[in-house]
Amino acid sequence: MTSRVSFKNRLPTVTEAVEQLDAGTCTSESLVEQVLGEIRERDGALNAYRTVDEPSALDQARAADSARREGRQGRLLGVPVAIKDVLNVQGQTCTCGSKILESYVAPYDATAVAKLREEGAVFVGRTNMDEFAMGSSSENSAYGVVRNPHQHDCVPGGSSGGSAAAVAAGEALCGLGTDTGGSVRQPAAFCGCVGLKPSYGRISRYGLTAFASSLDQVGTLTRDVRDAALLLGIMSGADPMDSTSLDEPVPDYTDGLTEDLSGFRIGVPQEYFTSGIDAEVERAVRAAIEYCAKMGADIQEISLPHTEYSVAVYCVIATAEASANLARFDGVRYGIRNEEASDPVEMYRRTRAQGFGAEVKRRIILGTYVLSSGYHDAYYLSAQKVRTLIRRDFETAFEECDALLTPCTPTAAYRFGEKIDDPLQMYLGDLFTVTANLAGICGITVPCGFTAGGLPIGLQVLGPAFKEENILRVAHAYEQSAALGKD
Amino acid sequence: MESSLVNDQNAQPGEDIDVAYVARLARLQLSDEEVATFQSQLGDIVEYVRKISELDLSGIEPTSHAHPVHNVLRKDGARDGLAHDDVMANAPSSRDGQFIVPKIVE
Repeated sequence: MTSRVSFKNRLPTVTEAVEQLDAGTCTSESLVEQVLGEIRERDGALNAYRTVDEPSALDQARAADSARREGRQGRLLGVPVAIKDVLNVQGQTCTCGSKILESYVAPYDATAVAKLREEGAVFVGRTNMDEFAMGSSSENSAYGVVRNPHQHDCVPGGSSGGSAAAVAAGEALCGLGTDTGGSVRQPAAFCGCVGLKPSYGRISRYGLTAFASSLDQVGTLTRDVRDAALLLGIMSGADPMDSTSLDEPVPDYTDGLTEDLSGFRIGVPQEYFTSGIDAEVERAVRAAIEYCAKMGADIQEISLPHTEYSVAVYCVIATAEASANLARFDGVRYGIRNEEASDPVEMYRRTRAQGFGAEVKRRIILGTYVLSSGYHDAYYLSAQKVRTLIRRDFETAFEECDALLTPCTPTAAYRFGEKIDDPLQMYLGDLFTVTANLAGICGITVPCGFTAGGLPIGLQVLGPAFKEENILRVAHAYEQSAALGKD
Repeated sequence: MESSLVNDQNAQPGEDIDVAYVARLARLQLSDEEVATFQSQLGDIVEYVRKISELDLSGIEPTSHAHPVHNVLRKDGARDGLAHDDVMANAPSSRDGQFIVPKIVE
């Protein structure tokens, strides 16, 4: 057996921390000191944080404590949070895991961040990630790889691998991530925590450095489902700064988290249990589905017939949008610049060569290709049409189901280097998560067991767009009854 | 072809992805090794992506956004933008509040 790591998560959940702060049994300063201590002890090995600003975190914590004494309210007053290095926090660097933005300082807060700040959150540090959120293993960061807390020779998943590893290892109470094709759910599954990707348009993307604008969504990494529900309620809602954020009502998502699933209609898509799925993963997920049946859920087999095309569609759409979005990184307005070039175009080409890593270059080239003259209709337009078919598959399924249960990933975490030289194999690992982004629906993953080698396995719950309450209910009921996933 | 430069400029994309040509379109300088590696990796990916051509897509509308919204308007009022100095602080090269770039015209 390899380097299996035994550790105990000593931090409270967000909900527990709020209770303790409200009751006066702890202070924000003591909580932040505890988090910083855990980071000092563990992060040398994990590299989950790209940067931690201890003095600023302690200043924010003391300010929260004194605001509390003065009677200020706030659903997260004094609670430390970790932010993926792709979301702007005013005054902090935001590198997106890239060398090209190594010195970029965010001039404003992302809306999701601003909403956490309004509730009193303390911004402790920025978590490591695959460059520009492109990757499934956190091996593509310009700031070093992130390690899986359960087994240090395995990847933590990606691209939000830093936030997932930090939460799982007890270096953070909660973290924000972003999910374009599974980048919150897959690392949550690999690290053994809860990963929520809300519906497209649920949380504003303003201040999130765009990768694929029609797929990107801010999500959460937490110890349990209740914390995910709490954070979702805080960050959701329409934002004038993001015209794709929808003006749908924001319920209190922590309401209705019961342990009863009676009469709840749950579909099991057969296409998510076919070739390539690891036997241990399948066994754990099937057992979890059985568990939900025992809690009263009405389980039925369903079909999402276009699932097998989803990775191909994702490869085209995500890279096409990325190639357009990343055109802005040219050495003119921010980031590094190659100073040797004598004309602007040469400056762009060299700056981008110098600043981007291999995966980002690969995706820019693929995206440029599928949009280029003569290929646009064959690739990009066709992919958008297949996206319609994938969306319809889900619409049909949700006529009869309140939620779907699937494995989150075909396998548990793999070793470093195993897939990094074979990008197609890496992309195929996202088969079960990209569909939710293409269809714009919501998804959450909760831990549902371990492999014999000690690596976590994730159960994915998918729900209709803007029905986050459905998936939170199933995930919470399962999590509480199965009593897995903590420590 | 007389020179590689002429070759590059006249290159037409063939059936398969021509990485050197597309990199030019993307304003990305690649080393010879990168071109060779990407040529093989992206060749595999493009081959895989062609799987979508198996489907009959006649009469299917494309989806550009999961929840199509159109003409999102706001009140036509003045608002503060970001502080000019904060924005310019990230510039690799600037003077008098403006970005400096290499000379464009002689």
